[in-house]
Amino acid sequence: MSESIIPESELEEVELYHPKSWWTEKVFSQDAKLIAIQYGLTAFAIGFVALVLSWFMRIQIAFPEMAIISEGTYYQFITMHGMIMVVYLLTALFLGAFGNYLIPLMVGARDMVFPYLNMVSYWTYLVAVLVLFVSFFTPGGPTGAGWTLYPPQAILGGTPGQETGIVLMLVSLCIFIVGFTMGGLNYVITVLQARTRGMTLMRMPLTVWGIFTATVLALFAFPALFVSAVMMLFDKLLMTSFFMPALVEFGENLSYGGGSPILFQHLFWFFGHPEVYIVALPAFGIVSDLISIHARKNIFGFRMMVWAIVGIGALSFIVWAHHMYVSGMNPYFGFFFATTTLIIAVPTALKVYNWILTLWKGNIHLTIPMLFCLGFIVTFLNGGLTGLFLGNVIVDVPLSDTYFVVAHFHMVMGIAPVLVILGAIYHWYPLITGKMLHDGMGRFHFWITFVGSYLIYFPMHYLGFIGVPRRYYEMGQTEALYTSSAADLNVFITIAALAVGFAQLVFIYNVFWSAKNGKVAEKNPWKSTSLEWQTPEQPPIHGNFGKELPVVYRWAYDYSVPGAEDDFIPQDVPNEKVKLAEGYKELGVEKT
Amino acid sequence: MVPFILLILIIGSVLFHLYTPWYSTPIASNWGSIDSTIELTFWMTGIVYILVLGFMTYCVVKFRNTKNRKADYEPESKKAEVILTVLTTIGVAGLLAPGLIVWDDYVSPPEEAMPIEAMGQQWYWNFRLPGEDGILGTTDARNISADNPFGMNENDPNGKDDILIEGDTLHLEHDKPVKFLLRSIDVLHNFYVPQFRAKMDLVPGMVTFYWIKPTVTGNYEILCAELCGVGHHAMRGEVQVDNANDYQDWLNDQLTFEAIQEQAMLDREEKLAFNKSN
Repeated sequence: MSESIIPESELEEVELYHPKSWWTEKVFSQDAKLIAIQYGLTAFAIGFVALVLSWFMRIQIAFPEMAIISEGTYYQFITMHGMIMVVYLLTALFLGAFGNYLIPLMVGARDMVFPYLNMVSYWTYLVAVLVLFVSFFTPGGPTGAGWTLYPPQAILGGTPGQETGIVLMLVSLCIFIVGFTMGGLNYVITVLQARTRGMTLMRMPLTVWGIFTATVLALFAFPALFVSAVMMLFDKLLMTSFFMPALVEFGENLSYGGGSPILFQHLFWFFGHPEVYIVALPAFGIVSDLISIHARKNIFGFRMMVWAIVGIGALSFIVWAHHMYVSGMNPYFGFFFATTTLIIAVPTALKVYNWILTLWKGNIHLTIPMLFCLGFIVTFLNGGLTGLFLGNVIVDVPLSDTYFVVAHFHMVMGIAPVLVILGAIYHWYPLITGKMLHDGMGRFHFWITFVGSYLIYFPMHYLGFIGVPRRYYEMGQTEALYTSSAADLNVFITIAALAVGFAQLVFIYNVFWSAKNGKVAEKNPWKSTSLEWQTPEQPPIHGNFGKELPVVYRWAYDYSVPGAEDDFIPQDVPNEKVKLAEGYKELGVEKT
Repeated sequence: MVPFILLILIIGSVLFHLYTPWYSTPIASNWGSIDSTIELTFWMTGIVYILVLGFMTYCVVKFRNTKNRKADYEPESKKAEVILTVLTTIGVAGLLAPGLIVWDDYVSPPEEAMPIEAMGQQWYWNFRLPGEDGILGTTDARNISADNPFGMNENDPNGKDDILIEGDTLHLEHDKPVKFLLRSIDVLHNFYVPQFRAKMDLVPGMVTFYWIKPTVTGNYEILCAELCGVGHHAMRGEVQVDNANDYQDWLNDQLTFEAIQEQAMLDREEKLAFNKSN
């Protein structure tokens, strides 16, 4: 509700690049909004491939006697499923799609600061996706090294795709990182330099805070993956020994010697753990905004929420080796990394409390975005709590590399962020297309996705307790633990997984159907305060705002302010222009 | 409908946990303390799960939009945030402290533990016992050949009496602590027996370790728990925990490195003689 002096603008506005042809307008566009949609569609297309792979994996696990795919294919599918989902879908979607669409609009800028670089970023990403996809059709197929690509196995003969698949994977990752770096610098500099007048950092919506912090993390974390990919390429193609000790491949002594497989794991997880938060922080930010908007209440403890995002981001760089408790690294690392890992639980728990305290005394509209937020809280809490098992080094010992881990990370960084992405699409679809998504199909989609996913992953933890290892093509005869009832549980999980997969087809249909036949969205349909809904046109056109850039007078959470007639006050409305409710002479002060 | 489904989900999860037929296998080692830490973690996280989601469901019922409802305007409450931070920190410390104590135990094998080497290769298990001198001889992956699958250093006297078990069952003596020394000659593997609760990766180029004391006699399956190529799921082995007598009987039947070498030498000479006579 604060009011402060609005600074004069420091620089003259620079004229935007205006497209001169159909190609530069619709294809090689420099408009962040179109780039966002290109990123989004590409990510969903390759993500759909990963979803289909998971169906084959689930059928194999439930019905091993059918042998629907071979061992080699199974390992290739788990690898591609994991890598696509984590990097090419989730990272690209949160930063490339949501970042591009929302950052300029939410901070009151006409576009990203480097539109040309932004365009190149997308096309580089597309090349990375294509290189990865091509590996399905090369001799030997894609790599089956597991998404963690651990050497020496990743480049030796016992692993499928060691001919060309692994090389294409590493090259594709390098291209992805180059493309991401161009986009990432753009997002960070736009947030730091291109905010409109009055938009102080502490007035930015949490969505922008989440994407901004995640991008900073990614800019620091991806280089570790980049160097490890380059070094592994050298080991594979030039027979260097960065990660390769002296070893024997099926009875034959190889010329490698002196390298360290554990070095790769440290580099990989130095990227890999911040990666979890690169996905989680934008989800935290978006879900905070959606809850606040659809509960008509300010986010509880905004400043705490900002510091929690920044704090979690910083801490995420000193917890990586909790992925390596049983890797054979020096066991005394366990004390340090278990402590840092459990410390990170504190700010994360506070975020959960604050989301629920935002609902407390709110005015909760059970819209589809709100339903997805509730689903997110359930799955994220569940996955966060199982993180307390795996983060506590000794508890990780029996559970590591079992289905408990698979269930944990799918719950916390698969399902939870995906529920936020879906909720966010229902929320911002009217802004992007001017149409509403179909409500009935949406509710069907939500319930099957949420309840179905929960039924997949909640019981899966218990397979881990009995000791079923992950990444097994089949369990075979192992009566002591893999009883016939455990096999039945896997059948149940597969059925739930196929149902959830089907619901996504309904969603895809809804997205295309509603673009044509959907109800026309009224202006600012959710009555939101943030700037993206205050543009003169909906959907916003090139340049986003009209002649004048908006001026920001307040934070993004002025919902249900006492004294105001409406239950929201947009960020660009000064106090004197707020329509007062009956009986008030100014905001918050009743007439006496 | 929404709060109703949320409630079913919460209660269903708790009931599932209480009545699940799928839970840890009966323990067969000294690591009951790991199971207790898991139990403690379940209690703490279970309570948080019920409280947080229960409260959320209550909010959805109580503060659901009605015609005249207006939300409160309450930006923050320092008091609530401090209380929640302190409580969470205490809870987390309460999980971490006992966990670290057990971990300290896990990484500190007792002096009297017998060293046993478990050596992984695609896709089976080999074992090496130190023999009478109680010391394992040195090895090097570069020594590995058809005649020397363990890569034993032939000049090391400590290795002469080492007992080599290639691709066969490992026997352990009941109630005697063992320190597993883990070695791989090709890729990463992981030596995991669910009933022992313990595991550790095998890393080519280095030796890793953990220790256990088998507490229940019987036959257990070794499952490789680190992806090691297309045969990963088939990389199984067996551990047999015997009482003292059975263990001695088994041990007496095993061959030392020296005996295996001599046998190989004899075989070669015999073959040579046979070839000559023809």
